[in-house]
Amino acid sequence: MPTRLPLLICLVSGVVMFLQYFSRHPVAKLIYQTVTNDWWQVIFAFTLIVGVASFIKITLRKISQKKDKTYSLIALGGLILMPVLALIGGTNIESPFQWAFENLLAPMQATVFSLLAFFVASASFRGFRARSIPAAILLGTALLVLIGRLPIAEHISESIPDLTFWIKNYPSMAARRAILIGIGLGSMTTALRVILGIERTYLSGK
Amino acid sequence: MDIGVIIAGILTLAIYTFLYKDNPIYRAAESLLIGLAMGYVLVIYWQTAFMDRIFSPLLNESDWWVLIPLILGLLMFSRFSRKYSWLSRIPIALMIGAGAGVAIPAMLYARTLKQISASVMPLITESGGFNFEALVVIVGLLSTLTYFYFSREHKGIIGKVAKLGTYFLMLFFGATFGYTVMSRMSTFIGRIDFLLSDFLHIIK
Repeated sequence: MPTRLPLLICLVSGVVMFLQYFSRHPVAKLIYQTVTNDWWQVIFAFTLIVGVASFIKITLRKISQKKDKTYSLIALGGLILMPVLALIGGTNIESPFQWAFENLLAPMQATVFSLLAFFVASASFRGFRARSIPAAILLGTALLVLIGRLPIAEHISESIPDLTFWIKNYPSMAARRAILIGIGLGSMTTALRVILGIERTYLSGK
Repeated sequence: MDIGVIIAGILTLAIYTFLYKDNPIYRAAESLLIGLAMGYVLVIYWQTAFMDRIFSPLLNESDWWVLIPLILGLLMFSRFSRKYSWLSRIPIALMIGAGAGVAIPAMLYARTLKQISASVMPLITESGGFNFEALVVIVGLLSTLTYFYFSREHKGIIGKVAKLGTYFLMLFFGATFGYTVMSRMSTFIGRIDFLLSDFLHIIK
């Protein structure tokens, strides 16, 4: 029962969702919209709650063990703050919740995102070496694109920005499409394995 | 100055202290970010999933069908019980199964057929000219696919074509790297602009 029932549900839901693609009947459309728009969202919301509950449990354990107590308290405070602000003033554009998003969350997220510029630059400085033809192509293309996207590129040569766009639109696009085709074929195979119950990693491999 | 700008500026600087080394100020800001992000997503999902998709249809429209996802969602809480934790596999199986069912035709259409059709372009144009770009795309696509073809050893003609495929892949990785760095740089410039103009008022 613990394994067979989920496998059966997976098979039935997979086959139904696969078959609805080939039907234009309103019922098929309704099934697709209900499952993907409503059911998925609701189940995902519950999985999120389970995740948050697990996070709270771990954080409280850390606090009681006095391990990273300050940071755990800050994280917990942040987690409580947003729902409290939403309860107090709602979530409209002028609410405290939105204020916290714009002045606390969004700036920090953007800053962490921008930190990657330094890590990528330092990693590439250490790792990029033109030891072989493929490595030289990689290095050359990266430099060309970096220069080509700068305003100074037009002053060096007017053809640099055009060349950058040409690389992006043709040879780079060709390789990208080949990768996408590979992903598509791989995804289809994996999906088929999941529906047929061959791939069971979501059941803890049972 | 707006209190929000002051707080945003301080938090931005707190995150940037990591560029020197890992330190308590950065870790405190990082912890706050994790907590706030989780709280924000929780509120958004409370509104979009629970209020809009369960409580509102159930209380206002008496739509009893919403009890199905509600019960399936509640089964997720069985993970906290050792004896009944297997029940949480039911909603997961439904999501994964339905996702797999949707993915097969979607992947076949968008990731495979569409990509092939977009790559096959006429080599001779209407004016009788040769379309060099079309040749580059088709050669690049076929050689890269050959590189990922592992059913035969990469020797002889297959080896040479696969090697050409690696050159196209390197072009792709190089270009992707360049564009990624530039996007991160533009975000960094945005943050520095915020610090120098809004927060410190050095730039007017």
